[in-house]
Amino acid sequence: MTGKHKFKDTDMQAVIGWVLRIGVIVSISIVFYGGVLYIIRHGHEVASHTKFVALPTFVQLGGIFKGILDYHGRSIIQFGIILLIATPILRIMFSVIGFILEKDRLYVCISLLVLLIIFLSMLNGHVG
Amino acid sequence: MSVTEFTLIILAGSCFAGFIGSLTGLGGGFIIIPLLTLLLHVDIHFAIGASLVSIIATSSGSAAAYVKEGITNIRLGMFLEIATTTGAVIGAMLAMFIPTHLLAIILGVILIITALLSLRKKVELIIKPKDGWAEKLKLNSTYPTANGTVHYSVTRIGGGFVVMWFAGILSGLLGIGSGALKVLAMDTIMRVPFKVSTTTSNFMIGVTGAASAVVYLQRGYIDPAIAMPVVIGVLLGAMGGSKILVNSKSSGWLRWVFVVVVVVLASQLIYNGIIGKI
Repeated sequence: MTGKHKFKDTDMQAVIGWVLRIGVIVSISIVFYGGVLYIIRHGHEVASHTKFVALPTFVQLGGIFKGILDYHGRSIIQFGIILLIATPILRIMFSVIGFILEKDRLYVCISLLVLLIIFLSMLNGHVG
Repeated sequence: MSVTEFTLIILAGSCFAGFIGSLTGLGGGFIIIPLLTLLLHVDIHFAIGASLVSIIATSSGSAAAYVKEGITNIRLGMFLEIATTTGAVIGAMLAMFIPTHLLAIILGVILIITALLSLRKKVELIIKPKDGWAEKLKLNSTYPTANGTVHYSVTRIGGGFVVMWFAGILSGLLGIGSGALKVLAMDTIMRVPFKVSTTTSNFMIGVTGAASAVVYLQRGYIDPAIAMPVVIGVLLGAMGGSKILVNSKSSGWLRWVFVVVVVVLASQLIYNGIIGKI
């Protein structure tokens, strides 16, 4: 970027487009890889999802990293899903930066407010 | 049924749902939740969790393309996301307390209403008079067409905001994108041009979905074994659908097929909900 170049809406559109595209490609690739592992290992077992049962700890938020280290297929899938859920949130963070560069204070605040609502929602899930 | 069979059935069904959902512009959640609950007897909370993940994927994937073309109104989307995310969080929390059979009935009713709404004739009206709030919030914008750049103004911000809030609640409660309601809020109430309202709605669905998905994730309602084939299938189907959409113009009869399929599935949901089988 040259010194004279001013950050504009079109630049932000390009950046947001890339964030979304890369986020989807990376997370879906991880989901697919974990899925292949899971099917190879558990494909012959009997499927049962009729009733709500607590998920194993290695796919829960607390145990997922240990699950990945233990190379559980479902932990890897869940990690990909978490990245996918994080993609639109990352998009908002990039919008915040974009609006700061455009010196649009109103929309810096609006974007931060949306981020705050999502973070409060995360906290609430932990408490409740 | 073995895990492999179960996964392949969901994959095929999700592919079909994503394909039809993208052709009609109503999203894959419409078919995928009834398919999982009615046919495969999956707990409806797991079905909603998987559907949420899939709408985030399709919304983000297609938004990437539209945003670059400059059709999406990023400011309008950002502003209305205050309403949809607040609604989504409330909806996701409500879903934890509502019994499954009641969720099934609500979902059935909403599916029928949205499917019927999608048949209505649309009238486009691009307005020029300036609305004070739209000016302050910098919501008026332009978008590129074959005949050059079109300038448009946005109006009735308050009404649009309230409908968006409601759309957010439904999205969090039922795991659907509520794209139809979002588009309704934007083009009927706020007088946003069709192309802008559909792409901006799509842009917002990912963030709305993420706001409720974090709640579902923490409550243990996102089962990777179910979400994996759903998200991959819906995404593949939607990519196929968007390729065809460019070439075919006769989406009229297809919409009718879709409406019939949705109404049949939704009636099943309502029936099973009432007799308590879900």
